[in-house]
Amino acid sequence: MGRVEVARRWIVCIVFSLLTAVTYAKSVRITPANNIQHTLDRVADGDTVYVSKGSYNQNNIIVRKAIAIIGEEYPVFDGGKKNEVFIVIANNVLIKGLQVQNTGRSSMTDMAGVKLQNVSHVTVSNCRIYNTTYGVYLQNSNQCKVVANTIKANSKDELQSGNGVHAWKCNNLLISHNVLTGHRDGIYFEFVTQSLITNNKSIGNIRYGLHFMFSHNDIYSYNTFENNGAGVAVMYTKGVTMYKNTFYRNWGDASYAILLKDISDSKIEYNKFTKNTVGIFMEGSSRIHVAYNTFADNGWAMRIQASCDGNTFEKNNFFGNSFDVATNGTMMLNTFRSNYWDKYDGYDLNKDGNGDIPYYPVSVYSVITERIPTAMILYRSFLTNIMDEVEKMMPSIIPDQLRDDEPRLKRWKL
Amino acid sequence: MKIIIKYVLLDLLRNRIVIVYTVLLAILSVSVLGLDANPAKGLLSLLNVSLLFVPIITILFATIYFFNSIEFTELLLSQPIKRKSVLLAEYAGVAASLAGAYAIGVGLPLLFLVSGTESLILVLTGILLTLIFTSLALLIFVKSRDKTKGIGVAIGTALFFTLLFDGLLIAFIYSFGDYPIDKAVIGIIAFNPIDLGRVLMLLQLDVAVLMGYSGALFKKFLGSATGSIFSLACMVFWVILPLLLSVKVFKKKDL
Repeated sequence: MGRVEVARRWIVCIVFSLLTAVTYAKSVRITPANNIQHTLDRVADGDTVYVSKGSYNQNNIIVRKAIAIIGEEYPVFDGGKKNEVFIVIANNVLIKGLQVQNTGRSSMTDMAGVKLQNVSHVTVSNCRIYNTTYGVYLQNSNQCKVVANTIKANSKDELQSGNGVHAWKCNNLLISHNVLTGHRDGIYFEFVTQSLITNNKSIGNIRYGLHFMFSHNDIYSYNTFENNGAGVAVMYTKGVTMYKNTFYRNWGDASYAILLKDISDSKIEYNKFTKNTVGIFMEGSSRIHVAYNTFADNGWAMRIQASCDGNTFEKNNFFGNSFDVATNGTMMLNTFRSNYWDKYDGYDLNKDGNGDIPYYPVSVYSVITERIPTAMILYRSFLTNIMDEVEKMMPSIIPDQLRDDEPRLKRWKL
Repeated sequence: MKIIIKYVLLDLLRNRIVIVYTVLLAILSVSVLGLDANPAKGLLSLLNVSLLFVPIITILFATIYFFNSIEFTELLLSQPIKRKSVLLAEYAGVAASLAGAYAIGVGLPLLFLVSGTESLILVLTGILLTLIFTSLALLIFVKSRDKTKGIGVAIGTALFFTLLFDGLLIAFIYSFGDYPIDKAVIGIIAFNPIDLGRVLMLLQLDVAVLMGYSGALFKKFLGSATGSIFSLACMVFWVILPLLLSVKVFKKKDL
């Protein structure tokens, strides 16, 4: 093999790589002087648009090509409180590192910072989305990712505001590592299936930290829901898995850490419920496996309506709650097993770690207040303490089917 | 009048019971607060202890003291002093020493372990309850000549307010649960100083939300400053009313 041969190979290599660079990875840079819409319409699929630092007073930008838009040091796109900012209608788009702010507010359209319409494989990441009606709005989109964004707003009331991440009729989404504050709902899912929500922080939203309906087979993990108006609401869904989430200080007189309404065949495991008015509020739900959770310092750890059946509560820790469990009926079709209850005062003669007498988590006073809320005025009075003690000896008012037959004596290490 | 108060206070100090009471409260406070890592929980336990023991101990001790010092009272009355000032001075002496005992016994540990508005309200509640039940003891003293009967009535009164009243209230709530009785219930608790104290204290803590959860009226009324002011005003009323009544009875009493 001669020198010429080697040189020719080199040339071929170089030409090919140049060709690739030219045809597939053209990159364009824009500054605040450019019109971004023109640039976006001129580039080809697969190109990268770098957006320089600065303030872009441009909005209603429609992304029609499969391109990457990458901001440098968070260039600011402002909706001028009238318009939307980015509307993505092409597949395979990446939007990264932008600051999007001040969308308009309208009762006709849902104004969003970044809106994805009927697309797939779109990624919105590392963006700052401030003061938008809707932060990221996904509409009939699949396999999209919303990752590591900071989404903030200062909504005052439910009617005037939208959601941080709003998804409607989507599947296979990944929503992770976002921080969502000050919206109506932090994350809103409706008809969204097979999706993963993980490592998000949803704090201080007006209504729910997370709100989802008809969203089957989704997984929620490692999220933090804190200080939201009414906690988290999960409705009309089956096959939900929630694990290792933290629900903290959803405290108010119409608040709960998590509301389960018509949920079935789901798992709630390894979560922490701390300082919520109600830890889990359960209504019309079936076959949910609630295990390895920690319920600490809540008003009510759980309120389980009589319409729930076939649920299993096992190996949870309950301590420091004002009331462990409240229910509104005498019928109880759920199973409580091997939980740790700090109010349990039984004994364990055979030293197997389980108490020998059953624990009744529903106190008589909680039965009374459930029936007649006015009786709450006697909360913490000497009389109600006596009533609780007497009822522990001889259960007559409390639903005696609701009991833990083998309560743990020691806290589970979770 | 000042001199009489001074003598009553000195007599009580020599008696040592007040000191024992102080130490007892202090030990109780330290142990209750030390048991629980969560200060709010500790405060609640301390509230329960206060609501149970303060009324009973106060009313019993004050009644017995008033009866025991009846000779001293008669001696004073043979001097040119108004009956009103003698009675009020005795009341002031007993009330001040018991309230002081509570303030030191519970207030000091709280100051070091859990200082804050809630602790202040708890001490205030305790002191008010002390004043109220001393005042009631005075009324019992002037109304009954016989010591045994007086002590019996005192025990009855304390039990009535700690237990029986709430029992009747819950029976009332149970019977009329289908009617809008929220307002009536708030009105009714004004008739029990212990309930007033409990509500006043609970309003300062997070658990007040539990009360709001169960009724819009509770939230609206008790959640606002009006609720606290209402309970406080009622409690002050509870101090003054028995006091005025006993002065009135004592003026005409045949000793």
